[in-house]
Amino acid sequence: MHSPLSTKTLSAGLAVVLAATGALLGCSKDSSKGVGETQAATTASAAGGLAVSEKEVVVGQLHSATGTMAISETGSIEAERLAIDQINQAGGLLGKQIKIIQQDGASDWPTFAEKAKLLLEEDHVACVFGCWTSASRKAVLPVFEKDNGLLYYPTFYEGLEQSKNVFYTGQEATQQILAGLDWIHKEKNANTFFLIGSDYIWPRTSNKIARKHIENVLKGSVVGEEYYPLGYTEFGSLINKIKAVKPDVVYAIVVGGSNVSFYKQLKAAGVTAQNQTLLTISVTEDELLGIGGENMVGYYAAMKYFQSLDNDNNKKFVAAFKAKYGPNSVIGDVTQAAYLGPWLYKAAVEKAQSFDVDKVVAASPGIELTTAPEGYVKIHPNHHLWSKLRVGQAQLDGQYKVVYESELIEPNPFPKGYQ
Amino acid sequence: MPVAESSRRPAASVALRHVTTVLFNDARRRENIYFGVLAVLLLVGFPLLLDTFHLNLVGKYLTYAFVALGLVLCWGYGGILSLGQGVFFGLGGYCMAMFLKLEASDIASTSIQSTPGIPDFMDWNQLTKLPAFWVPFKSLFLTVVAIPLVPSVLALALSAAMFKRRVGGVYFAIITQAVAAILSILIIGQQGYTGGVNGITDLKTLHGWDIRSDSAKMILYFVNAALLLGAIALSFSIIRSKLGRLLLAVRDREERVLFTGYDVANIKTVVFVLAAAFSAVGGAMFTLQVGFMSPSFVGIVPSIEMVICAAVGGRTSLLGAVYGTLIVNYGKTYFSEAFPELWLFVIGALFIAVVMIFPDGLAGLDLRKALHGLLTRASGFARKRKKPAALVPPAAPSAPQTNAGSQ
Repeated sequence: MHSPLSTKTLSAGLAVVLAATGALLGCSKDSSKGVGETQAATTASAAGGLAVSEKEVVVGQLHSATGTMAISETGSIEAERLAIDQINQAGGLLGKQIKIIQQDGASDWPTFAEKAKLLLEEDHVACVFGCWTSASRKAVLPVFEKDNGLLYYPTFYEGLEQSKNVFYTGQEATQQILAGLDWIHKEKNANTFFLIGSDYIWPRTSNKIARKHIENVLKGSVVGEEYYPLGYTEFGSLINKIKAVKPDVVYAIVVGGSNVSFYKQLKAAGVTAQNQTLLTISVTEDELLGIGGENMVGYYAAMKYFQSLDNDNNKKFVAAFKAKYGPNSVIGDVTQAAYLGPWLYKAAVEKAQSFDVDKVVAASPGIELTTAPEGYVKIHPNHHLWSKLRVGQAQLDGQYKVVYESELIEPNPFPKGYQ
Repeated sequence: MPVAESSRRPAASVALRHVTTVLFNDARRRENIYFGVLAVLLLVGFPLLLDTFHLNLVGKYLTYAFVALGLVLCWGYGGILSLGQGVFFGLGGYCMAMFLKLEASDIASTSIQSTPGIPDFMDWNQLTKLPAFWVPFKSLFLTVVAIPLVPSVLALALSAAMFKRRVGGVYFAIITQAVAAILSILIIGQQGYTGGVNGITDLKTLHGWDIRSDSAKMILYFVNAALLLGAIALSFSIIRSKLGRLLLAVRDREERVLFTGYDVANIKTVVFVLAAAFSAVGGAMFTLQVGFMSPSFVGIVPSIEMVICAAVGGRTSLLGAVYGTLIVNYGKTYFSEAFPELWLFVIGALFIAVVMIFPDGLAGLDLRKALHGLLTRASGFARKRKKPAALVPPAAPSAPQTNAGSQ
């Protein structure tokens, strides 16, 4: 029955055809893009071959719309879109409308690198708003440096990094940690600290900085330091340790889904704000929504922004955000920092009168944003922002009540004496 | 009977039949031709058709093809389904990344650290000196040796533990999956030694040669393509050898091979180790072309994705594995660009469709039969209009009997 004419190997021929079609698809995509490119190149040679035409400027957006990080990054995607919409309505950038090309990093670091390359090398976007986790930023960083791209990165993070091609609109670790510890040391007379973290670079580096500050500056002591894998949900033994040691403060940097288990189990074990002070730097309103206000009420969080901030900028921002994304949406620290990105870019482009990356970067230090929802920020020459730190106390309704506000804090991504 | 039938056939069809018979009827010659087509496509076609960006993408896809190739050998031919090939891909990639990271972490560029001269993530994790197992990776020679060797040794250990005890089938698949889970947890947990979940990033030069430049990308693509073609050629020679026939025999009737006096465990070990070494070379080329390595390639999900690539291509087709990998990964890229929020569903649907409709993968598609059917029908239709007497179109052409021995 077997016929050599129908042998399976032949079908490899079909595969060739398919692969060739794939290649052609790739090509036709190139040629369709080529038009835009040449147009961009002729109309905006000053912008160094970026996708800038008479009428519009193309920017990229690179977050995880799918995968485990989507739940965290959605807020950033929405905030950036809101800012860009508002800028467009107010006349755009140097008279050009901003067009967004969105790519999905899919919570996968290599995908982030691939899409960053695509945005910079194929779409020639003028700048990119994107990334959330440190891992994704680390993955795209070499791409941005090689292609001389421009990235606005919104998340508070561990510091220890400063790139010509990145602006960090969230806080680096010292900005978020030191003032919060000072406050709780003074206000709650806290001297013993129990450090907890999810096991990756941000919590580890942050706790390292916290430990140095506690031991060297506050002259207190660290009575425990524990790390748990991302996604860990069994905190029973940790909670027993906390109950046995009775630290003045539990300093918690637990992230993601682990948060929900951690705070619920604390409450179930009878540990509440009445008998234990807890300070976290990892629970924004977004996470609090998942944890439930009743499980966290009375605990403190140190952030630069809370949705409940009482100022006119913030009221306008919250109203606009809710009008666009629904009355039940919440705004966390990172969402606000993401919102700053397009506005800081606008200010820099207008100061430079150009979209050229080098010129925008050169124009950026010293730029102030008095319309920021968090109040006021200023770009430091080290590409981070001067910003204030607030301590908020979690409320039943899932919001924070601001109980402390610091002065403007200088960003210091490479803190001496804390390494 | 064939004679009588062919006399009724139009000249064009006969000529076509003759050409295809000469060219393709010998299975080995046919494979050689397809191999040549692939070589031309990889070495000439893609570089001419694609710009550097897309060529680099194809280069990245081709590194997964090493894994798929290994899977064809051990799963398609040997019947050993490994759901942990990402382990070997990752180990090879990490070996390469360790060398590149050490080169990028010279004293001058790490002067802001507490301990200059060690990789940045070690410094963050309070390590003050280079761990002993990193030291060999200061040497390029030792690194190149380690890339295939380290995964091979692991594969050998796994083989010794399992094949000798005749653990196979589903149990073997589960154990390889567990190994993948263990290794990724280990890498993520020991971040002071491995870079943790971030992986090893910020790789810049290979012995002073900047691997990020466009020219380097081009050269790496060709090195990668040449290595892949070499691996395919090696695989063909194995399949055509006695070992290849033994592999098939083991897959189809393990006991019979055992009773004829062969050591089945040794046969399986050889092919599993070879698949591991292939994967490792792919991993190392991945690191060079993409510029970093992360634990997301070591775990269960990427390992299963690689099995899917092999399945889409056709699990018993060496060349199909390459095309399967290219198509699956191009599909991932394309759909994720076209539908940023829906693409995972599209990819999922595609996999289901492939498995339901073409269980043998692309290589199971019968293009020539379809083509011949079409041609004969067309010629039959033409004759029908001229000569209504010859109404009955010939059925799908039957095989010339001369060549039935090729299988």
